[in-house]
Amino acid sequence: MTTKSLDISSAPLDARSKYLRRKIVDILKFGRRGHIGAAFSLVEIFRVLYDDILCYDPQNPYLKKRDRCLLSKGHGCLALYTILADKGFFPSKELEKFCTYEGLLGGHPEHKIPGVEASTGSLGHGLSIGVGMALSHRHEKSPARVFVVVGDGECNEGSVWEAALCAGKHKLESLTVLVDYNKQQSYASTYEVQDMEPFADKWRAFGFAAIEINGHDPQELKENLKKIPFESGKPNAVICHTIKGKGVSFVENNLNWHHKNKVTDQEIESLLKELSDA
Amino acid sequence: MRKTCLDQVYELALTDPRIFFVGSDLGYETLKQFKNQMPDRFFMEGVSEQNLIGISAGMAMEGKIVYANTIATFLSRRCFEQIVLDMALHHVNVRLIANGGGLVYAPLGPTHLAIDDIAILRAVPNMTIVAPCDAEEMKRLMPLTVDYPGPMYIRIAKGGDPIVSSNRIPFKIGKAIPVREGGDALIVTTGITLGAALKAADVLAKEGITAAILHMPTIKPLDKETLLSYVRQTSVVVTIEEHSVIGGLGSAVAEAVLEANFDSVKNFKRIGIPDVFPSSYGTQDDLMKLYGITADNLCVVIKQLMGLKISYGF
Repeated sequence: MTTKSLDISSAPLDARSKYLRRKIVDILKFGRRGHIGAAFSLVEIFRVLYDDILCYDPQNPYLKKRDRCLLSKGHGCLALYTILADKGFFPSKELEKFCTYEGLLGGHPEHKIPGVEASTGSLGHGLSIGVGMALSHRHEKSPARVFVVVGDGECNEGSVWEAALCAGKHKLESLTVLVDYNKQQSYASTYEVQDMEPFADKWRAFGFAAIEINGHDPQELKENLKKIPFESGKPNAVICHTIKGKGVSFVENNLNWHHKNKVTDQEIESLLKELSDA
Repeated sequence: MRKTCLDQVYELALTDPRIFFVGSDLGYETLKQFKNQMPDRFFMEGVSEQNLIGISAGMAMEGKIVYANTIATFLSRRCFEQIVLDMALHHVNVRLIANGGGLVYAPLGPTHLAIDDIAILRAVPNMTIVAPCDAEEMKRLMPLTVDYPGPMYIRIAKGGDPIVSSNRIPFKIGKAIPVREGGDALIVTTGITLGAALKAADVLAKEGITAAILHMPTIKPLDKETLLSYVRQTSVVVTIEEHSVIGGLGSAVAEAVLEANFDSVKNFKRIGIPDVFPSSYGTQDDLMKLYGITADNLCVVIKQLMGLKISYGF
C-alpha cells in the first residue's frame, strides 16, 4: 500500500480543468473510442506543464532551446492532443479527425505531430529517450529541460528502471519524470497486478529527488514543478497521485473506461453533463 | 575489423562534434583515447541494451550521430523493440556496431552466435545493413556512415581476417561491388565470405569454369540493379553468407531474382547456416566447415548446379 496517503478526492475541478475534459469528450464524438480513463487522469499534469512550466513556442515547435515533454504512456494521448490544440500547435479541427484515415492524430502520439517529441505507445521507451536528450543538451550547454510523463503500470517495465539508473548516474538535474499514479492498470489495481510501492523510495534509490503530490491540484502541481531541480545533482521524480477517469463519477476508477470502444451518444451526453460548468 | 571500426569512430569524432559513442560494458580500455580526449561524448552505460538504444535514439533526435556498440546478438535480439521504435520509426542517425556477426564467438556457444541478426534487421523499415569483408573495406565504409541518413547496422567480423577487398571500385553504401567476371556461375557474397568466393573462383578457373563474384557489403538496401545485371548473364547463382539461410543475403537475392521473372532457368542455392542452433564449440572456422561455408563447398555446389542444369527437367 502507499507509504504516504494523500487525500486527492475532495477538490472540485475548476473551469479550465472541466473545459479541457469537455474537449476530450468532444474528440470522442468523432473517434468514438480512446483511453479515456488515462486522459482524464493526466489533464491537470499537462495543463500545468503547458500553462505554467514548459518553455515552448507553438509557432516554432522545433525551437532548439524548447523544453521537451514526452508522453511515455502514449495511450494517454487524448489529454496531450487536447492541450497541444489548445495552445495552437495544430488546428483544433484535427481533433475531429482522431483515428481517421486522413487525420493527423491516432490512438498513440507520433513524432510527426507538431509538439510531440517522440512516438510512443509501447510502454517503457520514453524515459531512455528523454535521458538521451538530456545528455545531448548537457553537451550543448542548452538550457532545455526534459519532462517525461510515465504511467504507474508502465513502471512494471524493466526498461524504465534501466533508464532511471542511467539518469541517476549522470545526475541529470534537467530531467523530470512525472508518474501518473492513478493506481489502476488495465486488468485491475496496481496493488493487485504489480504493486510498485514503496514507489517514491524506488526513485530515490535510483538517485532521484522524489516528491509526492496531488496530481489533480493545479496550484500544488505548479508550486512544486517551479521548484525543479529539487536537489542539486539529482534528476527529479514527481509522483502525481491521481484518479483514473477523474472528473466523471461513472468513469472514475472504472476499468471499463480504461479503453472504451463504441462510445454512445448517451454516454457522451452523460460525460458532458458531469463536466458542465453549471 | 572491430579495431579498425572503433579507431575510425575516434578519428571521425576528432573533427566532427556531432559524433557520440555509446557502449554497454565493453572490454577494458575500449576507445581509451576517445574517452580521454572527448569525455563529454563518450558513454559506457552498462549491461542495459534497451537503455543503450533508447538514449542513443534520444541523442540522435537532438542531432547527434551516435555510434552504439555491443555484441551483435545482444544488439539485434535483446533490444529489438527499441531498435524498431526508438531508432527506425524516428529515422534517427544511430549506427549499431555489432561485434561478432555470424559464428565469430564459436567457443561461447549459441547465446553469442549472431546467426539471425541480418534476418531480424532486414524486416525493419528504414534500416540499412552493412557487412564489410575486411578491415580495409571497413576503412572505406566508416567515413560514409557519418552523413548517411537514418539508422544503420554495421556487422563486424572476427578481426584479423585476410584482406581480400580492393579499392579498385569506389565504396558506396547501397552498391554492390563486382569483384570478378565469369559466365558459368555467379557467386554473391557478404562479409568475410568474399574470401571463400575468391578461393573457389580460382579453383574453378583451373577446371575451366568461370565464376563471377558480386560482393554485397550492403545487404539492405539491396543493389538489385547490379545483382540482376549479373544474374542475367548466367544460369547458376550461389549465395554464401555467415548467417542463417533464412532471411539473410540468400533470401534477399532469391526474392529479387524470382521477382525479376527471367525467361531462362536460374539454378540457385543458398550457402549458410541451416535452420539449427549450432551445437558444437571449437573455432569459427570449425563451424564454417561444419556448415559448408567454405571455398570447397562453393566449388561442389556450383558444379552440382551446373550438372543439375544439364539434367534439369524432372
